[in-house]
Amino acid sequence: MTTDPRAELRSFLGSRFPQVELTDEEDIFALGFVNSLFAMELVLFVERTFGLEVPNDELTLDNFRSIKSMSELVQRQTGQAQSSQATS
Amino acid sequence: MTTTSIPTLDRAAARAFVDACVVPAAASFEHDERIPRSVLAEVAALGAWGGLVPRDFGGTGLDMPTLGAVHEEFGRGCSSLRSLLTVHSMVTWVISRRGTAEQRTEWLGPLASGDMLASFCLSEEEAGSHTPGIATTARREGDTWVISGRKKWITGGQIAGLYLVFARTDAGISAFLVPAQPGVAVQPITGLLGTRASMAAELTFNDVRVPAGAMVGPGGFAPGFVLTAGLDIGRYSVACGSVGIIQGCLEASARYARVRHVGGTPIGDFQLIQAKLADMVTAAAAGRALCERAGRLKEAGDAETVMATWIAKYFASQAAVKAAADAVQVHGANGCTDSYPVARYYRDAKIMEIIEGSSELQQITIADAAYREDPR
Repeated sequence: MTTDPRAELRSFLGSRFPQVELTDEEDIFALGFVNSLFAMELVLFVERTFGLEVPNDELTLDNFRSIKSMSELVQRQTGQAQSSQATS
Repeated sequence: MTTTSIPTLDRAAARAFVDACVVPAAASFEHDERIPRSVLAEVAALGAWGGLVPRDFGGTGLDMPTLGAVHEEFGRGCSSLRSLLTVHSMVTWVISRRGTAEQRTEWLGPLASGDMLASFCLSEEEAGSHTPGIATTARREGDTWVISGRKKWITGGQIAGLYLVFARTDAGISAFLVPAQPGVAVQPITGLLGTRASMAAELTFNDVRVPAGAMVGPGGFAPGFVLTAGLDIGRYSVACGSVGIIQGCLEASARYARVRHVGGTPIGDFQLIQAKLADMVTAAAAGRALCERAGRLKEAGDAETVMATWIAKYFASQAAVKAAADAVQVHGANGCTDSYPVARYYRDAKIMEIIEGSSELQQITIADAAYREDPR
C-alpha cells in the first residue's frame, strides 16, 4: 500500500510556493495559484511521483483542488492498480 | 499494426534526409507557398510523422531528446516543413496521451504513416494564448457534438485531414477530433512574413457534426489537461527548430565567409565577421543544451519540463532572430536575395518569436515562476 501521499504533495507545492503554508484542505484554486500550466505540472508530478496514469475521468479540477483531494486521487488510483494486480 | 517496417529515425538520419531532400528545395517551397505532396511522402518514408506515435500503432516512438534533435534538423532545412511536423506532433501526442482506446485505434495509424496530417486548432481572431477568448462552440445534440466557429493561423490547415479543435462547451473549454469534411471551409492564408510554405489557413466550422466519442480528454478544463500538453510539445519543437535556424545561419555564414573576398581578403579573416560567427556557435550550443535539458525532463515525465521548455523556446527563438540578422549582415547584399538561404532564415526566425507563445508571454511566465518560487 502506498504511504501517505500528503507529505510528497505538500513538499511539491511548497517548492513552488514557498511563501505559503498550505493546510490539507485549503483550496489552491481559490488562492489563485493554479493556471493551466501549473495544472499540467501537477498532473506530471502526481503521475511520476506515484507511478500512475491519471485517467481522463479523474482529470477534474476537484481532484487537484487541495492536498487532501490529490491524496485521495492517488490512493484511489494506486489502490485500483494494486487491486487489478492482485486479481490478474 | 506491424512494427517490422518501421524505420529507425535519429539525428543522423534526419540530417541526411534534410540535406538531400529539403535544403536544395526549401527556397522553392517558400516561393510556391507550399510543400509538394511528394516531399511530404518522403517525410513519411523517413518515419518523421510518427515521431510521437507508439510503435504499436505504427509510429517511430521516439524518445523526447531524439524527437528534438530530428526537429532541429528539419528546422535547419525548412521552418515551414518543421512547422507541419510540429502541429502534427502536437495532435499525435494529445491522442497518444489522452485519447481513448478507440481514438488511438482510429487515428494513430494513418497519422503515423503520414497518410493523414493533423492540425492544432486553437487560435481565433480574439483568442490565442488567451484561451478564455475562444468563441468556437460545441453543443451537444443527442449522440453528436455540433461545432461552430472560426479558427485562424492554423498551420497545415490547407492539407490536414484531421483537426484537433478547442471549443467552448457548457462545462468549459474542451477538445474535439474533427475529420476534414465539407462543413469545414478552408481559406488559405498567404503572404505571411515567414514560414510561407506552412500552408496555414483560416478554418470555418459550419455546424459540423462529430460523434460524442470525438471529445479528447476530460470535458471542460481542456486548457489545463489537454491544451497545455499539446502546446508544451509545440513549444519544444519550435525551440528545437529555432536551434536549427541558428545552425543553418552558422553553416551558411561560415561557408560564405571563406569564399567571399573583399580587397583580396576572405571576409572570414575580419574580426567583426568572426565575432558574429562566434556568437552563432555559442547560441547554437546554448540553445541546444536548453532543448536537450527540456527533452530529458520531458522523457522522464518530470514537471520541471514545463518551465524548462518555456526557457528553451524563449532563448532559442530570440537567438535565432539575432543569428539570422547577423547571417544576413555577413552576406551583405547577397544576403538580401533568394540566392542564399539567410533571407529566408531571417523571415522564418521572426515567426519563432511569436508562435506557441510570444516572447513577451514567455517573459511573463518565466518571471512569474521566479516570483512564486522566491521564498522571501
